[in-house]
Amino acid sequence: MYNSGKIIAGLVVFFILATMPFLLNLGKASAKVETSIDTPEINALPVKQCVEPKEFMRSEHMQLLNEWRDQVVRNGNRIYESSNGNQYTISLQNSCMKCHSNKKEFCDKCHNYMAVKPYCWTCHIEPKENKS
Amino acid sequence: MSMNRRQFITVAGISTVLGVGSASVIIGLGKSSLEAAQISPDPRALKAKRWGFVVDVSKLASDEDYRKCIDACHDIHNVPNNPNPMHEVKWIWKDTYEHTFPNVAEDKIMNVELQEKNFLLFCNHCANPACVRVCPTKATFKRKSDGIVMQDMHRCIGCRFCMAACPFGARSFNYVDPRPNIAKEKQNKTFPTRMIGVVEKCTACYERLAIGQQPACAEASNGAIVFGDLEDPDSEIRKLISEKYTIRRKPELGTQPGIYYVIGGGEHA
Repeated sequence: MYNSGKIIAGLVVFFILATMPFLLNLGKASAKVETSIDTPEINALPVKQCVEPKEFMRSEHMQLLNEWRDQVVRNGNRIYESSNGNQYTISLQNSCMKCHSNKKEFCDKCHNYMAVKPYCWTCHIEPKENKS
Repeated sequence: MSMNRRQFITVAGISTVLGVGSASVIIGLGKSSLEAAQISPDPRALKAKRWGFVVDVSKLASDEDYRKCIDACHDIHNVPNNPNPMHEVKWIWKDTYEHTFPNVAEDKIMNVELQEKNFLLFCNHCANPACVRVCPTKATFKRKSDGIVMQDMHRCIGCRFCMAACPFGARSFNYVDPRPNIAKEKQNKTFPTRMIGVVEKCTACYERLAIGQQPACAEASNGAIVFGDLEDPDSEIRKLISEKYTIRRKPELGTQPGIYYVIGGGEHA
């Protein structure tokens, strides 16, 4: 093979450069997304619990919101009884965002991280936030 | 591999049973995970078989009275005030006798006073709505429970078939983004706005009925708009219809509009 030294050295340099991002981050924890539930409304609650347990809300809130939407708009059902027996008024603007009044730190943070763009806010009015 | 008739029928039978069985699993998976018992209407909600309106414009003396009804509706529903008249969005509006009843028998000589009046127009919530028949996505639909012709903004694709179908001009299209044309201080934070490219109209204040309130226009009208159950023979609205001479807009089209306009006193009935 002609120029084997140069080729092999070149390949080694290329391999190191190409895998650099992975090598540098080896063993470090992957980036985490932290949503905040630090709002005056939530802090005032006796028990910091959403309509359903945290784990359920984290993985299933989109399905729940879709079903809520259809129930309210199409069937006129506006009361949701959660698994622990509490009753809630179904409303994105008047129930969800009353507590989660920090849309930027709560909704947006995770949605940006996951690169999803729900189009709730083209119509629904987002809560007014002091921080811009 | 050869197979006799008996083996073939056995295999076919077993696979049919398995197929039917797995179909039910697949259908079960597709079902909504919300249980019916978890969800219910608000106990305060007003109920009727079919909601309707009686409009008596003789009780609206000045332009101010009309404005009150229109503003009451447009303010709470975040209806934009678009500067370009071509982009006008309206849920309830005022128009002349000629435009309201272009095809009634009464001519200029009869009932002169009435013909000089303006009328309040909004969605008729027809019993047989043309808009619902043409909607390709079922975004507009008639509520089975109370006959309100609803508009599901989540489903509307903005094809405007419903606008072409509606004989009453009750529907408006958002040609431009409505948000900038809703005054910030007037914005009702408890109700959504709409977005560019959807059709909107009067929804008979379904969100107010759900918590036991009358429609906003009826509340602001000082008795000129009466809201009630058309199917209930003892309701106030039925009494008004039987006592006074009322007409509806374009009844000959067969959509069975649900707004009755009082055009005369007891002597007409």
